[in-house]
Amino acid sequence: MSTENQYYVPEQSKLPILAAIGLGLIAWGAGGWVQGDNPAKFFAGALLLAFTLYLWFGAVIKENMQGLPNAQVKRSYVWGMGWFIFSEVMFFAAFFGALFYVRNFALPWLSEGETQSIWNGFEAEWPLMSTPEQALTDDAATMKGPEQNMSFPGWSNLLSWLPLWNTIVLITSSWTVHVAHAALKNNDRSKFNLWLGITVLLGAVFLVLQVEEYVHAYSEMGLTLESGIYGTTFFMLTGFHGAHVTMGTIMLGIQFIRGLKGHFSADDQFGFEASSWYWHFVDVVWVGLFIFVYVLG
Amino acid sequence: MTVKVTGYQWKWQYEYLGEDVAFMSELATPESVIYDTNAARNRENYLQEVSQPLVIPARTKVRFLLTAKDVIHSWWVVDLGVKKDAIPGFVTETWAYVEEPGTYRGECAELCGKGHAFMPIVVEVVEPEQYQAWIGEKKKAAAAERELANKQFTLDDLMARGEEAYNRSCGACHMANGEGIPGVFPGLKNSKVALGPVEQHLDVVVNGVSGTSMQAFGGQLSEVDLAAVITYERNAWGNNTGDLVQPIDVLKFKQGQ
Amino acid sequence: MAHGPAKGIGRWLFTTNHKDIGTLYLWFSFAMFILGGFFAMVIRAELFQPGMQLVKPEFFNQMTTMHGLVMVFGAIMPAFVGLANWLIPMQIGAPDMALPRMNNLSFWILPFAFALLASTLFMEGGAPNFGWTFYAPLSTTYAPSTVNYFIFGVHIMGASSIMGSINIIATVLNMRAPGMTLMKMPLFVWTWLITAFLLIAVMPVLAGAVTMMLMDINFGTSFFDAAGGGDPVLFQHVFWFFGHPEVYIIILPAFGVISHIIPAFSRKPLFGYSSMVYATASIAFLSFIVWAHHMFLVGMPISGELYFMYATMLIAIPTAAKVFNWVSTMFRGSLTFETPMLFAIAFVILFTIGGFTGLMLSIAPSDVQYHDSYFVVAHFHYVMVAGAVFSGTAATYFWLPKWCGRMYNETMGKLQFWIAFIGFNITFFPQHFLGLAGMPRRYADYALQFSDWNMISSIGSFIYGAAQILFLFNVIYTIKAGKPVKENSPWEGAEGLEWEVPCPAPYHTFTTPPEVK
Ligand code: HEA
Ligand code: HEA
Ligand code: HEC
Ligand code: CUA
Ligand SMILES: [Cu+2]
Repeated sequence: MSTENQYYVPEQSKLPILAAIGLGLIAWGAGGWVQGDNPAKFFAGALLLAFTLYLWFGAVIKENMQGLPNAQVKRSYVWGMGWFIFSEVMFFAAFFGALFYVRNFALPWLSEGETQSIWNGFEAEWPLMSTPEQALTDDAATMKGPEQNMSFPGWSNLLSWLPLWNTIVLITSSWTVHVAHAALKNNDRSKFNLWLGITVLLGAVFLVLQVEEYVHAYSEMGLTLESGIYGTTFFMLTGFHGAHVTMGTIMLGIQFIRGLKGHFSADDQFGFEASSWYWHFVDVVWVGLFIFVYVLG
Repeated sequence: MTVKVTGYQWKWQYEYLGEDVAFMSELATPESVIYDTNAARNRENYLQEVSQPLVIPARTKVRFLLTAKDVIHSWWVVDLGVKKDAIPGFVTETWAYVEEPGTYRGECAELCGKGHAFMPIVVEVVEPEQYQAWIGEKKKAAAAERELANKQFTLDDLMARGEEAYNRSCGACHMANGEGIPGVFPGLKNSKVALGPVEQHLDVVVNGVSGTSMQAFGGQLSEVDLAAVITYERNAWGNNTGDLVQPIDVLKFKQGQ
Repeated sequence: MAHGPAKGIGRWLFTTNHKDIGTLYLWFSFAMFILGGFFAMVIRAELFQPGMQLVKPEFFNQMTTMHGLVMVFGAIMPAFVGLANWLIPMQIGAPDMALPRMNNLSFWILPFAFALLASTLFMEGGAPNFGWTFYAPLSTTYAPSTVNYFIFGVHIMGASSIMGSINIIATVLNMRAPGMTLMKMPLFVWTWLITAFLLIAVMPVLAGAVTMMLMDINFGTSFFDAAGGGDPVLFQHVFWFFGHPEVYIIILPAFGVISHIIPAFSRKPLFGYSSMVYATASIAFLSFIVWAHHMFLVGMPISGELYFMYATMLIAIPTAAKVFNWVSTMFRGSLTFETPMLFAIAFVILFTIGGFTGLMLSIAPSDVQYHDSYFVVAHFHYVMVAGAVFSGTAATYFWLPKWCGRMYNETMGKLQFWIAFIGFNITFFPQHFLGLAGMPRRYADYALQFSDWNMISSIGSFIYGAAQILFLFNVIYTIKAGKPVKENSPWEGAEGLEWEVPCPAPYHTFTTPPEVK
């Protein structure tokens, strides 16, 4: 058994290889699925992975309650979560970088110099409402720009501008999760439960609004993934962000349930802390999106 | 002077801007030599010979505008010190000033698929007067080829011409035996398109299939060659439809669009 | 926890032990090296003579692509992660890696990822055929449909790398024995700390690149399609933002290994320890801001070319610091030339040649001639084979006694070295000439003026391949029948905590941390 100053090294475990099999199935299944094969392998893998992670986190929580990991192990968790979030930052950086490159380089180049001879009449603008192909072939183009875009609609329409509300919801939720954290540190459990519950709710509200926005975009604005580079960057950036909000909401939801079950203490609450960092990260990404995709869009 | 160079899978197109002269330049080493080591070793200019070289005048600054129709290619003539990527949808630029007349050979330097090693470049640098004469000839030949479009051909004529054009322009993908490469390039033997309505066949060949490596050949081949190739595909390898497509049909199809 | 390993196959499947996992990584990487080497042999055999003899051009492209992918992601990277697993905990006096179960997961993803990748060879349409750099649109619109398996394979392989790196960073930052300050850490640990940072920073960008491909191929987006307002060159920027740091990911741990071996056989402490640390950090930093030196021919604005050219050249300075430090360490040392040292010295010489050709490539106006020619192939095999593979081989001979408690046969080791050294140079030196004479890379067949050097290069590659068989034999022979090592260290001059535990290292080491002064 571990003592205060011994680092807890877990015994053999069947979980990792199950997770690896799950991931393998996901990759194999997804590769076939996108070309129209039966997605069964993908879902089997996803299920296996989800189940394994459930057991895995369960095991970690149990060990923690038994007091096996000492403070040093927990510092490892802290580093682990921190660098994981950093990797996520870099993932988004790739897509923000693509947006930056397209706006500042690719589109201007497509509309100037000798390249003009290919895309006669194309004009660079952002949001790009008419693609180079459209400039050439008009309605025959397969890559068509959107009919409307998501940019700032002017001060008079400010209040009906969904992204603004999304921003308010997410920033508020970052604050509420912080309030919950402070409450937990003060051992104020009911306040913790309340504010964490509110955070999860706000996350859900954000997602509903986002879905609303997508439905609107697809059905009324003619704005889809296929609407040229504007639709591409818009949906890829907001879509990956939305996926991360979904993850974050689930994570916080689990912490909420754990809170109700009486997990965590005033000085030991890493599961919750990690989820809240993730939440702040998702929030910061949104602020970036709000500025670069919506306001400056 | 300016030459526009367009990369295709797996050949180059040269357009003399302002001169109304344009042609394709394809590998001239036959497949049989490539698959026969001895023949390959003994062939002068193995893999460095083309159907029609690019001709430019000596001691003249020639500007090249490069682009591509499918994937990225790169136009490299090592002895001229010229290399530039040809990128679909964009035009890049480079230039050459050649002192010495002569033949300069180069190759495609950006991986562009299975024929990457088989799309060489030959640049014939000639005295400026010779160049003027050559370009005049070229213009006349192009006019003559256009005239041919109104002629009626027999099935045998078309099949003979079609086989040649097929092996030059289509065989790289659909293979000489018409069986293609499963999963990558469809076979034309027993293909629905080759056995189906002529209109559709014309459409595929003239306009290509966008988003695939099937190029639009309408601008690459003359009406005669298009008619010949389509006739050939409809009658070779047991595709015995008996259909005869005349150059004039191709012309009408193009004009009807 | 003081007990030994579990019995049977379960030991390897379920293990949380850093030594077991290190062993798994090392064997996996060797298997991949053989596979990648086999692909290379197909390439070299086809290029033995002009004309197509053995394979079809479309298959040749698959061989080139798979060779690059398998070697870089399957052989070299896992090899160094394996070394990291074995050595880092022992070198910093930690009981294990920080997150042992995740460590197991990081490894076991790899066999699945590479099985998926390799299985595409047998599918309709064939394996990836667009080069290991998979430029769009050849890899998107014009790719075989198996590209989707490639994409998801890269995703999970990237997840493995990221988790492995997180583990290494957490271990190094959190689990050093009391008294081991950062500036007392062995250099292998330092280089891996920085490498892990690079990996976490750039693997997600690679994931982003393949995700963009996935969307362009299957969901109608237009990242890389000018018709919709995208740009094929955007792909290259995203890829090389990953790709250039990637080559330093490959070489930095190799630098670490060499920084252990040269002092050991010079019987002198490493010259300029702190400058080595700063040089490593500078290389890592610079690696983020030079990526477009792979793209000098896409038609960048001239100011961009100049910037990327000068920034790239800067990397020579910290690398020079390293080379000079190794040479200074040897200077007036009492040198002996056991196999690890031979490989290490060959590393210094051959890597420097590769570095110099790198510098030639970085000169934008001359890269017009070198780019995408065999000159580039020669450059990167000098840094990756004579660099990374030689250092991996050196590391294996150096630490093998620690791992299995037995000494390798010195004569066989030296024999392997000389065959490898000679074979390597016969293979890759002529490729410089081929490139300068105008032979493009990724060519299934070539014009006659390239025949002679290609034949010589192919012969060299068979010699070099034979050396690998000897290597494999040597390692297995050592494990089965090598002379047992009695003392903690078989090397007179080797320093470090790993040499203060018995050979073979017990299953668990440093469960109570040692005191470092
Ligand atoms: C381990 C991997 C590795 C390493 C370490 C390097 C190191 C370097 N590389 Fe290399 N490179 C690759 C792997 C690597 N490379 C690969 C795989 C490709 C091809 C990718 C593809 O297209 O498939 C490539 C391609 C490549 C290109 C693109 C070529 C092209 O496609 O046109 C360039 C251009 O600048 C380049 C430059 C350099 C430079 C300047 C260094 C420097 O870091 C080298 C520094 C070292 C030294 C200079 C030697 C030691 C120094 C001294 C002894 C001191 C004295 C010297 C001086 C002060 C000058 N490399
Ligand atoms: C670290 C990575 C690494 C390593 C170790 C190697 C190792 C080797 N590579 Fe390379 N190579 C790359 C990375 C690497 N390579 C990359 C990234 C590319 C670019 C790909 C692209 O263009 O997309 C490339 C491309 C490349 C080419 C150019 C292909 C082309 O442009 O078409 C060639 C050609 O000679 C080549 C040869 C070799 C050889 C002979 C070895 C040898 O060192 C291999 C030696 C190993 C063995 C031989 C295996 C062990 C022995 C056996 C299995 C026994 C049987 C052996 C015999 C029959 C003798 N490689
Ligand atoms: C670079 C490769 C390439 C070349 C060269 C090429 N094709 Fe194709 N071709 C294709 C591909 C890929 C398709 C499949 C398109 C699709 O997915 O619908 C195709 C489809 C076709 C079809 C329709 C077949 C079917 O069953 O769907 C016909 C007919 C055809 N090509 C004729 C030609 C002719 C005639 C030429 C030469 C003048 C030619 N092709 C040259 C790649 C090529
Ligand atoms: Cu065209 Cu390579
Ligand atoms: Cu680089």
